Amino acid sequence: MASHMLEIENLKVYYQMREGTVKAVDNISFLIDKKETIGVVGESGSGKSTLGFSILRLVPPPSKIVDGKILFDGVDLLKLSEEEMRRIRGKQISMVFQDPMTSLNPLMKIGDHVIETILAHEKITPEEAKESATSLLKNVGILEERFNDYPHQFSGGMRQRVAITLALALNPDLVIADEPTSSLDVIVQFQILDLMRKLRELYDMGLLLITHDISIVSEIADKIALMYAGQLVEFADVASFFEEPLHPYAEALLTSVPNIQLLDQKLKYISGMPPDLINPPRGCRFHPRCPYAKGICREEEPLSVEVKLGHMVKCFNYQG
Amino acid sequence: MPTLSISRFIASGLRKLSPRRGIEYVLTLIGLIIIASFIFMAVFAPFISPYDPIKPSKDMLQSPNAKFLMGTDSLGRDIVSRIIYGTRIVLYITFLSMSLALVCGVPFGLISGYVGGKLDSVFSLFMDSVYSFPGLILAIALAIMLGPGEIPMAISLTVVYIPTYFRMVRGQVLSVRESLFIESAKAIGAKDRTIIFRYVFPNVIPSIPIILSLNAADAVLTAAALSFLGLGITAPTPDWGFDLKNGYPYLTSKIWWPSTFPGLMIVLLTLGFSLFGEGISEILNLKLRGR
Repeated sequence: MASHMLEIENLKVYYQMREGTVKAVDNISFLIDKKETIGVVGESGSGKSTLGFSILRLVPPPSKIVDGKILFDGVDLLKLSEEEMRRIRGKQISMVFQDPMTSLNPLMKIGDHVIETILAHEKITPEEAKESATSLLKNVGILEERFNDYPHQFSGGMRQRVAITLALALNPDLVIADEPTSSLDVIVQFQILDLMRKLRELYDMGLLLITHDISIVSEIADKIALMYAGQLVEFADVASFFEEPLHPYAEALLTSVPNIQLLDQKLKYISGMPPDLINPPRGCRFHPRCPYAKGICREEEPLSVEVKLGHMVKCFNYQG
Repeated sequence: MPTLSISRFIASGLRKLSPRRGIEYVLTLIGLIIIASFIFMAVFAPFISPYDPIKPSKDMLQSPNAKFLMGTDSLGRDIVSRIIYGTRIVLYITFLSMSLALVCGVPFGLISGYVGGKLDSVFSLFMDSVYSFPGLILAIALAIMLGPGEIPMAISLTVVYIPTYFRMVRGQVLSVRESLFIESAKAIGAKDRTIIFRYVFPNVIPSIPIILSLNAADAVLTAAALSFLGLGITAPTPDWGFDLKNGYPYLTSKIWWPSTFPGLMIVLLTLGFSLFGEGISEILNLKLRGR
């Protein structure tokens, strides 16, 4: 058991709203091994960011981690004190945010951001911290002469490089990247992905990549976790997933990715709307949009079954 | 405050006259010049005042003339000299109370806004209850309790203005706290202390000079009112509010100068502070809008 770096067991994160309870993350379990990259994919509001934030225990109120376990190297993060958790953040698990335009302190120099991060965890002199900050920034392609610049003097892509540096500064075991490329233009997206791939090798880190762009996952991830309406509907190796997606949602999702080689094909899409998470549909949450829905799908919730080795799916089509 | 609305009126009038941007720079400069000249007067009072401001003389109630530019009061003291020395008192009280209010209000606002929850409710409730008192009435009550003198006066003004800083800083903290860069500071494991002082506080600073200056304008008026009511500085120390009141009985005898000139100074200094404050806030707003 100890071979897994992160084990999430039956995690439930609920938002308590006046209108009712939003089950943003509903009973999710999966594992991340050391140096493994997992792509978490889902549409907006499927709970993928909430999942990322809850690993760092930074879910914003009114949401709350209601139940479950997050075991990191065998230690349940949900049972740690606030101070113990603070020591883990940045040092062992860190995060890259979606919007680099606002994720840096506008009044703090780029270099100070990195130094500050290092000094928050290591007992070293500011000079030593500055030295390692310089080499860290060099790794992401930011020269020393930009050290004393402020965030507004940087472009979006450059800022995201800084944000990545901050996340990697203390050589964490796991980096959670919450849509790190979504607010960047396509060319910069490519550069950032390339950088992350390079750094992942350099720093030997695990990566939890949260994205709505399934093509990014196919490029960079080892495994994919597909979320729908707060639930994990499919979890598999990337190769196995793209070869044979099992869940009807995964299948629909893959056919709706535009293909440049099929010229006169109309863009397919998944009909219907994402479900209301306050009153999710009874039974399987995907059944109103599912072309294969049977009677049981409307009544009972399917269990997650392992169809092939390491390929889990939550669908009645593969049950019993 | 009437003077505040007057300066706002002047500012808007000037803006209509000159549609070009940059009028707020002129206003700020005018305010700054006014404040600076009063500071100059206070610092160099012994060198620039023509007569002793305290010692009575035989030339009582002389109207403004070449010898006494603003005339003399009922004890034959030169009004110009009293005004120059009076600047010291008013600036001393204003700056002392403003810095005390700043030192008390800002940290409480920071902590209250950042920590939130019950602590925030308690602090806010307390500050709001102080704030809900009319400023002048509260200052009068405190001044009566504390007795006359510069320090008690400054303290009663401090209490009146602490909630202004508290509320402003707390409000700013509440909005800064939700920024992504605070979240990312947490995600890299920054300590709460670091987050408050390195991430939140610097982003709150820009709004402090505005409120400082506008409060100073208000404090000048309140301090003058306290002196006018005899709750401030004891005679014979030169003080604008006190002199205004001393000259007041003579107004009916057409002896206007002992009251008018100190009153004019109060208006001028208030105008200086509020022009400066309004100007800075306009400039900062322009910068924010321009972004």
